[in-house]
Amino acid sequence: MATFEFVLPELGEGMEAGDVVQILVSVGESITEEQPVLELETDKAVVEVPAPVSGTVKAIHVQAGDKAAVGQLLLTVETPATTAAAAQVPRTPTPTAVSLPLPAEHDENRTATAKVVPGPPEPSAHTAPVPPAQSRTAASLASEPPPLAVPAAPSVRQLAREIGVDINQVQGSGAGGRISLEDIKRYARDLHARPANQPFRGALPSATLPDFTKWGVVERHPMSNVRRATAERMTQAWVTIPHVTQFDKADITDLEQLRQRYDAQRAQSTGGKLTITAIVLKVVAAALKRFPQFNASVDMTTYEVIHKTYYHIGVAVDTDRGLLVPVIRNVDQKNILTLSVELTQLAERARSRKITLEEMQGGTFTITNLGGLGGTNFTPIINAPEVAILGLARSSLEPVYNESIEQFTPHLMLPLALSYDHRLIDGADGVRFLRWVIEALQQPFLLALEG
Amino acid sequence: MPPQAAQLAIIGAGPGGYAAAFLAADLGMQVTLIDQEPHPGGVCLYRGCIPSKALLHVAKVLEDARQATHWGITFAAPTLDVGKLRAWKEGVVQKLTGGLGDLCKRRGVTFVQGRATFVDATTLSVQSTPGEEQRLTFAHAIAATGSHPITLPRLALDSPHLLDSTSALALSDIPRTLLVIGGGYIGLEMGSVYAALGTQVSVVEMTSGLLPGVDRDLVNLLSARLKQSMAAIMLNTTVVAMQAEPNGIRVTFEGSEIQEPQQVFDKVLVAVGRRPNAQGLGLENTRVEITPRGFITVDAQRRTSEPTIYAIGDVAGEPMLAHKAAHEGRVAVGAIAGHKVAFEPHAIPAVVFTDPEIAWCGLTETQAKQEGRTIEVARFPWRASGRATTLDRNDGVTKLILEPSTSRVLGVGIAGSGAGELIAEGVLAVEMAALASDLALSIHPHPTLSETLMEAAEVFFGQSTHVYRPQRRRSDEPRVGLASLDGLEESG
Repeated sequence: MATFEFVLPELGEGMEAGDVVQILVSVGESITEEQPVLELETDKAVVEVPAPVSGTVKAIHVQAGDKAAVGQLLLTVETPATTAAAAQVPRTPTPTAVSLPLPAEHDENRTATAKVVPGPPEPSAHTAPVPPAQSRTAASLASEPPPLAVPAAPSVRQLAREIGVDINQVQGSGAGGRISLEDIKRYARDLHARPANQPFRGALPSATLPDFTKWGVVERHPMSNVRRATAERMTQAWVTIPHVTQFDKADITDLEQLRQRYDAQRAQSTGGKLTITAIVLKVVAAALKRFPQFNASVDMTTYEVIHKTYYHIGVAVDTDRGLLVPVIRNVDQKNILTLSVELTQLAERARSRKITLEEMQGGTFTITNLGGLGGTNFTPIINAPEVAILGLARSSLEPVYNESIEQFTPHLMLPLALSYDHRLIDGADGVRFLRWVIEALQQPFLLALEG
Repeated sequence: MPPQAAQLAIIGAGPGGYAAAFLAADLGMQVTLIDQEPHPGGVCLYRGCIPSKALLHVAKVLEDARQATHWGITFAAPTLDVGKLRAWKEGVVQKLTGGLGDLCKRRGVTFVQGRATFVDATTLSVQSTPGEEQRLTFAHAIAATGSHPITLPRLALDSPHLLDSTSALALSDIPRTLLVIGGGYIGLEMGSVYAALGTQVSVVEMTSGLLPGVDRDLVNLLSARLKQSMAAIMLNTTVVAMQAEPNGIRVTFEGSEIQEPQQVFDKVLVAVGRRPNAQGLGLENTRVEITPRGFITVDAQRRTSEPTIYAIGDVAGEPMLAHKAAHEGRVAVGAIAGHKVAFEPHAIPAVVFTDPEIAWCGLTETQAKQEGRTIEVARFPWRASGRATTLDRNDGVTKLILEPSTSRVLGVGIAGSGAGELIAEGVLAVEMAALASDLALSIHPHPTLSETLMEAAEVFFGQSTHVYRPQRRRSDEPRVGLASLDGLEESG
């Protein structure tokens, strides 16, 4: 323990003295740093003087009505030993305080605040189990204050009660997370729209947003339907599927020559465009036949694997509305030229908003080609309930060592990324599948042989 | 005599019971309301809130007249006609209780003056006059039996000089000296009344401060004034013995600060708390459960463990406040009527009608400390309020307890003249989950004390018009956000 003599600090320019209006603490009281300890009146202003340290008030050296000048002794504070060093530094209540060591007790308080999040929602018929990473341990719960009451007006709480909505599950759209009548109604609509056996996205606690207006002007816009669907599905996939992404490169030097030749010769005359994607579609369909676990779905409620005997492959298309995934049916039964035409048409329909919901359903695997835009590689997220997705990044010329001529020669290399559902697919199979795809791309004749 | 039947029987016609009865009648239920008094009103109207506030109003007038000397007006010493004062106070009580009796009739509520006990889960025995018992069957019942002042058995004394809150309010005379045992709100309110009427009042409190549990910064303002008006305030002191004397009571104190361990007082008022009235109701004939502290156990709908029986008010748990009971009464009736209702207030206001008044709602600093919850406190001292200065009552403070991340108002505490009226805005703010900027951006009338709520919110942003507070921001950026930005948006 140490004692700290608290003298009246300089409170501002030209403020030399003031009248003590009121003492806000009493002897024996424990005070915390920055707690106002007395009120001082100077000219027309009333100033609260905050304590510079935490501790226990041992003596008060002024009383209400006294005149106090800067430097005058106000309080004697008994401080915990750890703060003694800090306490010796006469501090003015300015932001320079940041560099000084804080009392240990204070630090703990801060840490505790950082952890304050709304308590985990209680599981109900509509909620999915909270993933372990999101749930808190009993130990951390014990040290935290109980969650604050939900920020909603009594009338809003009443509506939630009346229509059977657990208001603690509702995300407020108002300032400070305040929940409105509309929020309750929207939540209730979503509950109804969702089949009962599907996990509910609301069950995933999302972090409370800070009030961004503290730092500047912000605008809030509702998500478009595409954005919302993407957000929900991606969250769902990311949280429920243990993803592994396998990277590799395919040497497409020869393939690219073939592609360019046939694009001009055959594809364009049929109204299509022979792209790497179209070729990869065909290769993947063949690979799916060879590795049926990539053409499957997982049913965790019955612990069954659903193998599909059809090969419908989705292709991610970037549109001004957002990401859409039209599905090409029976890819295995179509030749690459047909696929080129169909792909060109579907992509066009997606971009011109003519595509139907039906044309985007029923996929068994997805290909996403970001190569046109750039990037050396990326980690695609599986388009659930599929179990794998193949990403194509931008191909580039790379020096490859050719042993026969003992020289580096330029090769066109296509970076590939295969994300798969590790619940169903093991790492070795992931490599085998991707290697098979690469071999096929490198030696197109293999397709005719084995595909 | 064949048993009478009621759809809803309510035992106890205090603020909880009669509010429940009236709502039930409005919803079309057939209601029987039973109380021992001739009219509805209960302790609140007959022996509590209402008569004490009538007397505290008188105390305030006396105090204001005394203070007028500072303003150049000197009144002659007041002459006191205790009989007339008592009659006026009783007039207030009769007017209000009579009015309630009238409302009962108009609504078709059957009021029975008598004492009811449960025979089983659907039957009451009602004794209206001694020896005459009637059975009343009911579909639902609400126990709203209230509470009674605690007596201290170890200090039991049969003396006309020993008062409880009821006999103190009866105002049989104005004693020369009075000892109030208990520094809680009842003791301080009654002590203040007698002090204003000329009695030398001493207060003895076992703990280290008046109004235990209430935030110290609020209590300190009251203590400062009570030190002037009271003869003595003895803290950390217990009464160990009382002995009847012909003209008073000899009291023996024990405590480190005590000067004279034995003193004689004309009257002694015991105000150490209240106990729920859950005994003698025949609850043992039902499945109703009672907590170790004597409260009836209820759920969020105020339903007891016996599905036909509900309980509200003091008998159903803390805080023992009339307005909480009335709200519970409406919840219980709503539940009985099949509505989806729950008792889940975010803020129950509490008011101590002393001078200055102390009022608070929602989270208090004390509670936040206990919970280890980090909060921001924005205090506006009334020294900077123009209105307070015109009233010559700068001894006040308004503070907001705020959630640091959102600036949501979690609680409000006020000490000062009229705090009880001002706290209502705080209740609305907490219930609506208002942010500090909501208060700061709502125009408050000038010059009124209500501006202190707005300015307290401005203090949070370091932008209060009338308080200069040296910047003490721990974060790097100053908090000029909400108020000013929103303001700009509005004006743009």
